[in-house]
Amino acid sequence: MKAAAFDYIRADTVEEACRLLAEGEGEARIIAGGQTLVPLMAMRLARPELLVDINRIASLKGVTADGETLVIGAGTRQADVLADAEVAARAPLLAEALSHVGHEQTRNRGTVGGSLANADPTAEIGLVARTLDAEIVARSSGGERRIPAAAFFESAMVTTLAPEELLIALRLPVWTAPRTGHGFHELGIRHGDFAIAAAAAQLTLDSNGRCIRIHVGVGGASPCPVRLTAVEDALAGSPLDDAAIARATEDISDMLDPESDIHAGAEQRQRTARAMARRAIADARDRAQAGAA
Amino acid sequence: MSDHDIALTVNGRRMTSRAEARTTLVDFLRDNLNLTGTHVGCEHGVCGACSVIMDGRPVRSCLIYAVMADGAEITTVEGLEGSDGALSPLQDAFWETHAMQCGYCTPGMLIAATALLARNPDPTEHEIRDAIGGNLCRCTGYVQIVEAVQIAARAMREAG
Repeated sequence: MKAAAFDYIRADTVEEACRLLAEGEGEARIIAGGQTLVPLMAMRLARPELLVDINRIASLKGVTADGETLVIGAGTRQADVLADAEVAARAPLLAEALSHVGHEQTRNRGTVGGSLANADPTAEIGLVARTLDAEIVARSSGGERRIPAAAFFESAMVTTLAPEELLIALRLPVWTAPRTGHGFHELGIRHGDFAIAAAAAQLTLDSNGRCIRIHVGVGGASPCPVRLTAVEDALAGSPLDDAAIARATEDISDMLDPESDIHAGAEQRQRTARAMARRAIADARDRAQAGAA
Repeated sequence: MSDHDIALTVNGRRMTSRAEARTTLVDFLRDNLNLTGTHVGCEHGVCGACSVIMDGRPVRSCLIYAVMADGAEITTVEGLEGSDGALSPLQDAFWETHAMQCGYCTPGMLIAATALLARNPDPTEHEIRDAIGGNLCRCTGYVQIVEAVQIAARAMREAG
């Protein structure tokens, strides 16, 4: 399996990459880590005329703080985000999710922006972005815009990114309140495989142990990662005992629209999503309580 | 379609050749530089047989076009032996435990485990299995491979 022939240009700046995308008129594609695009090209499911390599654009790499937002450059390697002390301290949900992404060899190349732009329904980074209502920064020769994660994922493997737009950064809100905890659970055939279903939760407790803020998201069980606002509404104000969590997630299947494929049937994905959501919420509660002690 | 002059430092030696943009790093190493120790298996990033160390990190060389690696430092399985040609402690442990049958996955396993031991001289069994989690072996059941990495880690710690 060899890729069809293509032209290759290494872009040294964001402006150059945007210009090449605009001139490519839809036939040019960005390559960063290449951990999904190269296999697609090997199987000739993708046949771009021109690859624009953004791996050496330094401004696309690194993690910075902008007030209560973590800004993660789109070109930052997944392994570097996983090892980042700031991410571990301020966005531990993302760090935990990243430990489920592929293997060491793929995390060493794969980027945050690449995973978002690829928009695989089972992808962990997109699930965290959706759960925390992150923003995705995109730029073209015409300017820059911020896209809420809810409006970024359109369908499986489809985003609202225009062909001439380059993904610049992920802006992840940091929850600074005390008694905040997170949870992430995923079931795959083997660790590092594509998820059958995954769930992410982040919540804050008041001093009496009642839930005052909660976000819950599920991946792999719908064409796009989804936030389960009905579960969140049911749990807001509750002490988050196991019975309350079980009740709130009982009808989770109604909120999901999974595909059946070679890895799992639709019904199995729904049941798995429910189990993962319960575990993620319980973990988040336990961590929030431990933080309060 | 575009051709490119590509220069790599492979196992300490600077090597150059010219290749099409679509040439993967593993094909460049094998076909242009005649370094056939790195094996090419699935060609789409699943099996790990093509693992090499690029700028200090293990990567899959079938998922990188050679032109993207221009200027990089690469270590392949040919670069693991000592300057006297002796097997590395890890290679020696693979031989000792017979951590292979057909040998197809072995270069990738050696690269993944070499990278692990470089950053973690005393890995747990779980850490070893995690480090080789991206490398498929269809013969051994992995037991002797894990044992080989444990033996090598001990030998390297004792040798200081």
